[in-house]
Amino acid sequence: MRSNTLKTLLLGAAFVGAGAVAASAGTLDEVKAKGFVQCGVNGAGLAGFGAPDDAGNWTGLDVDACRAVAAAVFGDPSKVKFTGLSAKERFTALQSKEIDMLARNSTNTMSRDTQLGITFTGTNYYDGQGFMVKKALGVSSAKDLNGASVCVQSGTTTELNLADYFKSNGMTFNAVVFEKQEEADAAYDAGRCDAYTTDASGLYSIRLKMTNPDDSIVLPEIISKEPLGPAVRQGDDQWESIVRWTHYAMLIAEEFGVTQANVDEMKKSENPEVQRLLGVGEGVDFGTPIGLNKDWAYNVIKGVGNYGESFERNVGEGSPLKIARGLNALWSKGGLQYAPPIR
Amino acid sequence: MTLRDKTADETPRSWLRAVLYDATIRGWVFQGLVLLFIILFALWVIHNTAANLRAANIPFGFDFLNMRAGFDISQKPIDYTLDSSHAQAFKVGLLNTIIVSVLGIILATIIGFIVGISRLSSNWLLARAATVYVETLRNIPLLLQLLFWYKAVLSVLPGPRQGLMLPFSINLSNRGLTMPRPIVGEGFGLVMWALLVAVVAAWALARWARRRQAATGQSFPVIRASLGIVIGLPLVVFLILGAPLTFELPELKGFNFVGGMVVHPELTAMLLGISLYTATFIAETVRAGILAVSSGQSEAAFSLGLRPSQTMRLIVVPQAMRVIIPPLTSQYLNLTKNSSLALAIGYPDLVAVFAGSTLNITGHAIEVIAITMAVYLALSLITAALMNWFNARVALVER
Repeated sequence: MRSNTLKTLLLGAAFVGAGAVAASAGTLDEVKAKGFVQCGVNGAGLAGFGAPDDAGNWTGLDVDACRAVAAAVFGDPSKVKFTGLSAKERFTALQSKEIDMLARNSTNTMSRDTQLGITFTGTNYYDGQGFMVKKALGVSSAKDLNGASVCVQSGTTTELNLADYFKSNGMTFNAVVFEKQEEADAAYDAGRCDAYTTDASGLYSIRLKMTNPDDSIVLPEIISKEPLGPAVRQGDDQWESIVRWTHYAMLIAEEFGVTQANVDEMKKSENPEVQRLLGVGEGVDFGTPIGLNKDWAYNVIKGVGNYGESFERNVGEGSPLKIARGLNALWSKGGLQYAPPIR
Repeated sequence: MTLRDKTADETPRSWLRAVLYDATIRGWVFQGLVLLFIILFALWVIHNTAANLRAANIPFGFDFLNMRAGFDISQKPIDYTLDSSHAQAFKVGLLNTIIVSVLGIILATIIGFIVGISRLSSNWLLARAATVYVETLRNIPLLLQLLFWYKAVLSVLPGPRQGLMLPFSINLSNRGLTMPRPIVGEGFGLVMWALLVAVVAAWALARWARRRQAATGQSFPVIRASLGIVIGLPLVVFLILGAPLTFELPELKGFNFVGGMVVHPELTAMLLGISLYTATFIAETVRAGILAVSSGQSEAAFSLGLRPSQTMRLIVVPQAMRVIIPPLTSQYLNLTKNSSLALAIGYPDLVAVFAGSTLNITGHAIEVIAITMAVYLALSLITAALMNWFNARVALVER
């Protein structure tokens, strides 16, 4: 059997052999005891979200989500270890406690949120599913794809959306399903399929990996809602709050112009919102109630920057992907990223 | 209960002693204790798993099999739509596994026997070529070979519009080998019955020819005659009925061929990889089996005037089979299990469909993996049972 199946099996075996433990056991205490956050990220390497760079350091929007949590807990964004996971392994790895949090461009859906024993803590990237085709086919819309062969990765919401889209438009298709993203990429590149489908953000990153990136175009249609976000195990409210509010802290920092560079200066700010965020002032302490220090959010900004900085660095203008903010702009700028206030 | 010294001493104390020291009773007691221990262990594992899953808020059960699957499978031997259940997806995956295993076993056996015999050939070139083939392919991991074949198959073949047109509307492209699909008309069942009758007749003929040869020494061209019966009889019936068979021709519409039958490149790559790999092991088994037959046997056959091909077919191979079959069974089992590597190249076998898509969509990892393991165990046990039956038939009967 393939190593992946074996891995799933071993993860399953963890449920069989492990002594019965209460699910509410404090993940934060365990993380503090071992001294690092174990974070599940994209094992195949999805540029912009989770992939090792030339020097072997993990970078990406999801990787930053992990580092931010490490910074909130330890005051040090480097106290994190990464586990590369396939789409198939990711939820089992979280359920079986192999990882403390999952940040692997995973779509939040009702069944995943309610039936898998996991909870999504927010949305760090609003995505949608799209198609990429070879230019030579002369196709300009997804509606022209009737009868096409489509390469897709198994075990993803993508696989299901694809079927729904063709069915609701009265079109037929032939899915060629691969377990790993690399294998699906290679098959599309070799001409096995007419079209390739995954989240739009992924399409741009995968197109760059093709032998001739210019031979492929991304079609304009977005056929689904794909809110990607980190997830934790169900039943540990404290840990869930930490991961959720770490993301909010990054959004609030962007909203009030707090950046990695000026965060020390901003500690002197008179703005009460900024003071509450950075834990400045007498009796201003939002960290202790969730088991952290009062300057937890300061550490997050100092360690990885605000959401906007992380976005631009990984997937925006500062990256090869050059994705526009679009839905991921702050609510005040016409996007969907909105954080409840710290107070 | 055997109380041997009951008559010697009637006191209750010595009765107890007798029970304690009785080998039979003691045996049963310990066997019982071990069995009890195993049962308790199994119960503990089940209970503990259930408790852990409950504690982690993960539902357990097999109801998910009736839920709508909602994903597509590229190779569907039976009816399967997006609205089918996960149970139906499971059947499709299982059938695909069986298809690739059975075809793989047949191909690997044919190639293996040819190569194994070739390695012993007196033709230098043939023997060396077979050696090179065996030593190369059996020493490269199967997964790499599958990826190689998939890549090779895809990169050699042109796109569907530039596909290679072969006779009878057969088209070869990187979307697969597209062929006309036979559609049986009314009365075609009679042709199948004719085929059955012909097979039985051919079997009876072979039996009669063997008896006659044993009795009189006269040989009969059994193979040619059987072929004639098996092909001829159904053909005659078919023509009398007015050829009740039409073909649905594949048509190039839009991106791909519509209609007809198609052999996907994933299946082709799987069959190439898995049968060429397993055939190397079978070839070695065959060579070992033939070498195990004493050379005196062939010498005796030659001195009786049999030709080399006859010697091989009538004297050596039947004796070699006794040595060949047990390890051959292992190779068949390996091949079936190795077919689970299919998920690497997108062939929709049981592991890819059921332990892949279904597992991820439903999240029932433990149930899905348990079912999958049970299926592979069952397939292997069935294969082993069939081969053991065959082995018992060809085993040497001592007289």
